[in-house]
Amino acid sequence: MTIGDANRECVRRLQAGGAVLVGVRPAREVLPALGERTLLHAGPPVAWERMCGPMRGAVVGACLFEGWAATAEDAARLATAGGLAFEPCHHHRAVGPMAGVLSPSMALLVVRNEAFGSEAYATLNEGLGRVLRFGAHDQAVLDRLAWMNRELAPLVDGALRRAGGVDLKNLIARALTMGDECHNRNTAGTSLLVRRLAPHVAAARTGDVERALAFMDATDHFFLNAAMAAAKAMLDGCHGVPGSTVVTAMARNGVEFGIRVSGTGDRWFTAPAPKIEGLYFPGYGPDDANPDIGDSAIAETAGLGAFALAAAPAIVQFVGGTAGVALDTTRRMYEITLAEHESFRIPALDFRGVPLGIDVRKVVETGIVPVIDTGIAHRESGVGQIGAGFSEAPMGCFIRALEGFVAGLGV
Amino acid sequence: MEPGHLLAAEIRVVSIGLELFADALGARRVPVVHIDWRPPAGGEPRLAALLARAGDDVDVERGRP
Repeated sequence: MTIGDANRECVRRLQAGGAVLVGVRPAREVLPALGERTLLHAGPPVAWERMCGPMRGAVVGACLFEGWAATAEDAARLATAGGLAFEPCHHHRAVGPMAGVLSPSMALLVVRNEAFGSEAYATLNEGLGRVLRFGAHDQAVLDRLAWMNRELAPLVDGALRRAGGVDLKNLIARALTMGDECHNRNTAGTSLLVRRLAPHVAAARTGDVERALAFMDATDHFFLNAAMAAAKAMLDGCHGVPGSTVVTAMARNGVEFGIRVSGTGDRWFTAPAPKIEGLYFPGYGPDDANPDIGDSAIAETAGLGAFALAAAPAIVQFVGGTAGVALDTTRRMYEITLAEHESFRIPALDFRGVPLGIDVRKVVETGIVPVIDTGIAHRESGVGQIGAGFSEAPMGCFIRALEGFVAGLGV
Repeated sequence: MEPGHLLAAEIRVVSIGLELFADALGARRVPVVHIDWRPPAGGEPRLAALLARAGDDVDVERGRP
């Protein structure tokens, strides 16, 4: 098999992959390999000592949520003393936005890629403002998480079972024609998902139905986590093709940016996390910003987010750009990808498929790096989102990946 | 073709690389087509050599075409 053959097979699997949201289950149930005192986090591996502010805040919050510590100080001491194990979400087929901290009791969206018999997982979106994924861990954050686990998760799980699952690949395709790029804009996707679930949630006739529907409706990014799990499920289906140079994950832990490549297995290729160019909320500026963070770049890896920016001109204005920038960004990403998605199409580009299958070689050859839509987190834990914009994947990741790939040829 | 003959006829130019040359000719109403090209990997020999070893026709197990 040649490298060209391997990449064709990898892209074939990516195109053929499905993503059906089938349930909402506790992490310890669907991730049996998750240790009792283990926390998962966004991006490539990082130890407590090197974690950024928002991630440390989220770790503290997860400890309080699990009852492993009574106070934030106790939680920090527990982490410092080595009482916790940390692993990337990606090592457990999971993804989490921003800090991406996931603990054993948390409810996870379960997305199945039937074509390849695999599953992927993501937490439920908590909404905006003071939330765990930005490192907030006050009582209101913990109370919301407890309600989501106790009331929201069982209702959505029951609704999904009653509905026979929800085809996320189909919803993503439709959302792209309604102004979403499924990373920074999820207005259409959330509406479509809530519309699909609402009758089945209402049919439960028990639990906090009204609050559950109102919460999903008010959470514009409720669809984001589902889209991320869908992207992860589809990309996992094409991971591990020997000889393929296609990128199957891009993720940031707030300190480092890492990528994985189909043909180099589970190895990470990393470089320092970049700064984010964008617009800040009033009172904040670049000095307040944490470097790029979150597993949400799985969206771009699957051809969504900034790769599909031409589908979502409305959000470009939000981050200080123009509709022309949206078109140009998507067009530039075709330079570093191997295919166009057969299902995810962009009306403004005459229904051309989104750029799909980032090729490490093309990135190094052209000098064009993947662009990522992203939120900007405050560098201190708990402050929250302070803006939104674009980041660029560091070239160093792709050079290291190419070096690692070539070193493995003929071995 | 002799260089003298080349310049005796109407000049039509294909400009490769820097857009500056195409712009200058265009400003003088010389028909010109610009091709956006740059050396692979920014012209860095080490990276170009890596890319050459990872072409589409390279057999994955043998590590060569």
